Amino acid sequence: MSAPSTRPASRSADHGALPGLAELCPSDLSLEMFRRMCRARHFDEQAFLASRNGWLQSLVYLSVGQESIAAAISTVMGGAWIFTQHRGHAAYLSFGGDIEKLIDELIGLPTGCCRGMGGSPCIHDPNIRMIGHEGLIAEHVPIAVGAAYASPDSPVVCFFGDGAVEEDYFFGALGFAATHNLKVLFVCEDNDLSVLTPTSDRRSWEIHEVARSFGIRAVDVADDPWLVHHHVSELSRRLPAFLNCRTCRCYWHVGAGQDGPPEWDRFNIVKQQLAGLGLENAAATIEAESKAEIERLWKSRLQTPSAT
Amino acid sequence: MEKSVADTIRDITRDHLEQNNGLLFAQCITAVGWIQNTVPPHAPGLVELPMADVSGPGFAIGAAIMGRRPIFVLRFQSFLWLAVSPLVNYAAKARDIWGKGVPIFIRAIASEGNGTGPVHSGCYHNLFMHMPGTLVCAPMTPNEYHEVWNAFMQQDGPILVSEHRRSYLSSAEMPDLVRNDADVTLYPISASRFSTLEAIPILEKMNIRCNVVHILWLKPFQLNARVMDPLKRSGCGLVIDPAFEIAGASQSLAYDLMLATRRPVKALGQEDRSPGVANRLENGTPTPQRIVEAAVQLVRNKTTAPSTPP
Ligand SMILES: Cc1ncc(C[n+]2csc(CCOP(=O)(O)OP(=O)(O)O)c2C)c(N)n1
Ligand SMILES: [Mg+2]
Repeated sequence: MSAPSTRPASRSADHGALPGLAELCPSDLSLEMFRRMCRARHFDEQAFLASRNGWLQSLVYLSVGQESIAAAISTVMGGAWIFTQHRGHAAYLSFGGDIEKLIDELIGLPTGCCRGMGGSPCIHDPNIRMIGHEGLIAEHVPIAVGAAYASPDSPVVCFFGDGAVEEDYFFGALGFAATHNLKVLFVCEDNDLSVLTPTSDRRSWEIHEVARSFGIRAVDVADDPWLVHHHVSELSRRLPAFLNCRTCRCYWHVGAGQDGPPEWDRFNIVKQQLAGLGLENAAATIEAESKAEIERLWKSRLQTPSAT
Repeated sequence: MEKSVADTIRDITRDHLEQNNGLLFAQCITAVGWIQNTVPPHAPGLVELPMADVSGPGFAIGAAIMGRRPIFVLRFQSFLWLAVSPLVNYAAKARDIWGKGVPIFIRAIASEGNGTGPVHSGCYHNLFMHMPGTLVCAPMTPNEYHEVWNAFMQQDGPILVSEHRRSYLSSAEMPDLVRNDADVTLYPISASRFSTLEAIPILEKMNIRCNVVHILWLKPFQLNARVMDPLKRSGCGLVIDPAFEIAGASQSLAYDLMLATRRPVKALGQEDRSPGVANRLENGTPTPQRIVEAAVQLVRNKTTAPSTPP
């Protein structure tokens, strides 16, 4: 196998940073992005505990550490069709998915968002225009592109990982979107890992450069929500476009466990930044309310007679 | 200490990589304990594949043409649906088209249950049985694994080795169980061999005596005396497979057995519906209970059937 992996220079918490963005952002938008991050974070922390306690019937793919990307994009592209990969909790919750339906899905109830069939990796909810993933990585990318072709007036946001972009059919999808000028925002949640294998052990090229070679506008930045918001506001005006977003998965690839501290945890960085903007109290209130609400929902769903 | 199936696979692989200049292609090789302890850590010749599930087998085929006899590993058989095209269309046909085969050892790991649902559960060896040119087997014991490896090394085509996670920690051999007074002959494949051994005592309590003829080779499936005689004597048979029943290995083998012996043989496999993650929606290897029910039904039909055709 290849030499031990080295982290690319572009992999840092401030990659692509544009100073002053947070300061320029209206407070209510900053807090809304944080509220969506909290929703995903607190949901997954509860899912983590439930998994540890053996209460889940699904394998679970946690978004913890990566919440800021979907949180920021959803504030720009609400109403778009959404396609996610197996790690889809944060996107589902940021775009307004029903918390109870996802809990039910994880604990195997018929009232879950896939009736207990798909579990964590297959979230599907037509109410928020979210189309389910079956489990083969990147399989949904050509499907998202086909949806954009067939429905040219509705933009599509397609999330996937840095591993998925290596799939053969991923390139076919990029090419078709470029050829037909389709309204797709491709979003790579680049946590530098496919299961446990770092990118440098798998490939020598960058996906945003591949996208550019197809004539697709592409940016490569860290998962700072203000930065993501800024670029997506810009990119979404002229699709197709590609966003590669450097981020960190805090927990195991699948299941509830941790191998070590993440390179960075955007959630904590954002909290500090909000404090620096004088929004500490408002953020603390949002966090406390979100946590209490989500804990209450988990508790109540776990008490339904057919749970576990 | 006795070697488990996983130990056996790892040892065979290490020898091949170190002594035969072999190669092993897989994705995420280090993950989950070097593929459930079946791959020797840091051995020479390990090739970390990108997540390119259609090209991946192509790389291995190219290496096979160059004489490296690669091992190509799929962590889940559900990925076979992507990998199958170059394997059955190119590797399997090469000998017929160009007179020179493509020896590639395809390790495809089946798993099921525990929340794997529609995504990561499933067993699809029938995909390769359907197309000419590939040997297909499902070893569940250390000795069987050696047999399969030796067969691979003695020929020049692709071989699909349908593994099952349930076998990895097992070190037991599984000899056939044949008795003269059996009421039914069971032909279990892959993980259903473990479930069948659990079903036998239940059936015995119900006064149903069973032969068990373990199936290692699915293709070619040899209709020899070992396979047919117990069926002729017991009068009916049941082929049990962890894969889907319709157009699967169980139906295919049952058909061959029935024609060759003129005894009724039933196929039992996964039900014709996608497995779900919730426990109530699972659909995997036939459970001991399903095996018992099918065997009871067969034996009952046998005793109520008219002795001469109407
Ligand atoms: C076609 C296919 N090949 C392999 C896998 C096994 N697999 C499941 S998740 C995963 C990692 C994918 O990495 P990435 O796309 O970066 O997503 P992440 O888990 O990092 O969010 C792999 C290889 C799969 N599900 N589908
Ligand atoms: Mg990744």
